[in-house]
Amino acid sequence: MLRFIIRRLLQAIPTLLVLSILVFAWLRLLPGGPAEALLGDKATPATVASMNRVLGLDQPIFVQYFKFLGRTLTGDFGNSLTSGDPVLAEIGRRFPATIELSGCALLLAIVCGIPLGYVAARHRGRFIDNAAVMTTLLGVAVPVFFLGVLLKYVFAQKLGILPPSGRQDVTIDATHVTGFFVLDGLLTGEYDAAWDAVKHLILPSIALASVPFAVIVRITRAAVLDVREEDFVRTAESKGLTTKVIRRRHVLRNALLPVSTTIGLQTGLLLAGAVLTETVFNWQGLGSLLSEGIQRRDYPRLQALLLLAALVYVLVNLLVDISYAIIDPRVRVR
Amino acid sequence: MTGPKLMRRKADRIDELAGSGGTSLAADAVRRMLRSPVAITGAVITVLFVLLAILSPFLAPKNPFIPYDALKNTLRPDSIPGPMPGFVLGSDQNGYDFFSRLLVGSQQTLIVGVCATLIGVFFGMVIGGLAGAFGGWVDTLLMRFTDILLAIPSLLLAISIAALFSHGTQWTVIVAVAVVSVPIFARLLRGAMLAQRASDHVLAATALGVRRRTIVFRHMLPNSMGPVIVQATLTLATSIIDAAALSFLGLGDSDPSRAEWGLMLGRSQDYLDVKPELAFYPAIAIILVALGFTLLGESLREALDPKNRR
Repeated sequence: MLRFIIRRLLQAIPTLLVLSILVFAWLRLLPGGPAEALLGDKATPATVASMNRVLGLDQPIFVQYFKFLGRTLTGDFGNSLTSGDPVLAEIGRRFPATIELSGCALLLAIVCGIPLGYVAARHRGRFIDNAAVMTTLLGVAVPVFFLGVLLKYVFAQKLGILPPSGRQDVTIDATHVTGFFVLDGLLTGEYDAAWDAVKHLILPSIALASVPFAVIVRITRAAVLDVREEDFVRTAESKGLTTKVIRRRHVLRNALLPVSTTIGLQTGLLLAGAVLTETVFNWQGLGSLLSEGIQRRDYPRLQALLLLAALVYVLVNLLVDISYAIIDPRVRVR
Repeated sequence: MTGPKLMRRKADRIDELAGSGGTSLAADAVRRMLRSPVAITGAVITVLFVLLAILSPFLAPKNPFIPYDALKNTLRPDSIPGPMPGFVLGSDQNGYDFFSRLLVGSQQTLIVGVCATLIGVFFGMVIGGLAGAFGGWVDTLLMRFTDILLAIPSLLLAISIAALFSHGTQWTVIVAVAVVSVPIFARLLRGAMLAQRASDHVLAATALGVRRRTIVFRHMLPNSMGPVIVQATLTLATSIIDAAALSFLGLGDSDPSRAEWGLMLGRSQDYLDVKPELAFYPAIAIILVALGFTLLGESLREALDPKNRR
């Protein structure tokens, strides 16, 4: 098991290295070259020259790359063009908001998706199955940001039962300990603040959960249908095991294997969806940080966020692979 | 007759024999699709959409690319004129005829979807085809590269590419969306071709001394196209949706007269209180078209799956 983990960790290194080369190349392709792109409006011949020195643009390309790698590894992504703060500090401030939202959305997608997929497979071809399939198709066909806009329009603007944007009402003076607003409210005993944060979470979570939900329903349904045909299920049936035991132990457990991999792959969708959802709901997380960065062509910020997103994605998939090997011993052998 | 030529003749004969028994997979797939209501729904939506895209310039009652004074003069910050004589759905936020733009928008949307998909398919097939045909270190190198592209969440990859252009154009969006699908097509084609390499008919062709180029282009590639075609149909849907997302984030075409559904949807967000139709109609159009392509792609996938052959 340990050997598998080490091997898998080593495999991630070349991926990350090539990724760094890509980001490095991306910086060089930016309009006006990296120095001007990183300086933005502050670009004067003097500042460009000094920036070129910092970036080492007057040196051979290999030296430049290693300097870039060194800066990246030490977390030095420069200062944001918008706020002037170090990009890493900005990211640190916004990080909990995105984790709170995407965690909530993923939970929603799993809690609703797996049962629906399972029920659909058990009643294959019947109304509930067709409804589930139709939902998954719609989940993919409806643009995430439009779903957000629609939810906001109906529930916040027309019905007025949920707040349209933000993470917490501005009139609430809540104490923030961890940066996770719901958790903060519970920890400090400010239950009204926690409840307000929950209300703010509902609409963005639904919008963000839509695509992962559709994918999870689909994979669960397909996996359950596949497993039901397996020999070991027939064996279990002929042994006279009760339907309940077969469904729980044999079908569901085996069907959840592909589902768990899919959930890992969802992190990518969540990160991308967060950009759109956070923008719609003015959620002060990494996604809206990115979309503000796009509007202002804040390249240092974009660079750091893109690298971070890819890093998170690679790491999560690594974790999924490892957990997969824990659940299913067959994987370790390969 | 020389040796290799004779062998090729033989190989062709084997091909004929193999093809003569029963129906071909393609004919079988078509037959199955005609029986499936899902496939027919998808096909009908797709055909209607393509027809609309082709005919829309003739159907549009007004010029969709110029603002009308009659509409512009009635624009207020808190109201955008609704239906009025000559303008079926009234104005959009800039004083253009909303109905004509909705119609013509189908054309631009189709162009964005098709161009992005074709570019993605082309480069994906070159990469995947090379990897699948040569194997060995070529395969390892190319697949490492696609893995990296796959390691970046797709929309973020599209965003980073679109951000490279200082001013958005239609092609910014097309290129950004296309790049995202390249690694997917490459992986698919490579996988299918590797499976073909190990198959008996390729082994037979190799044993008969058929040239590698012939094996790749006549035996492996045609047999590997199924998954690529399915994925291309599905990609048409996602390209249109991703293009809309890029427009929403402000990375789309910066030309205000451009009529494309994603662009119209992305730009109308600020006018939701004033005239929600400006967002809703293009959104419904996009959802319908995306559904159409998805239904078609899914039923194609099912129809081409040899497991379902009976």
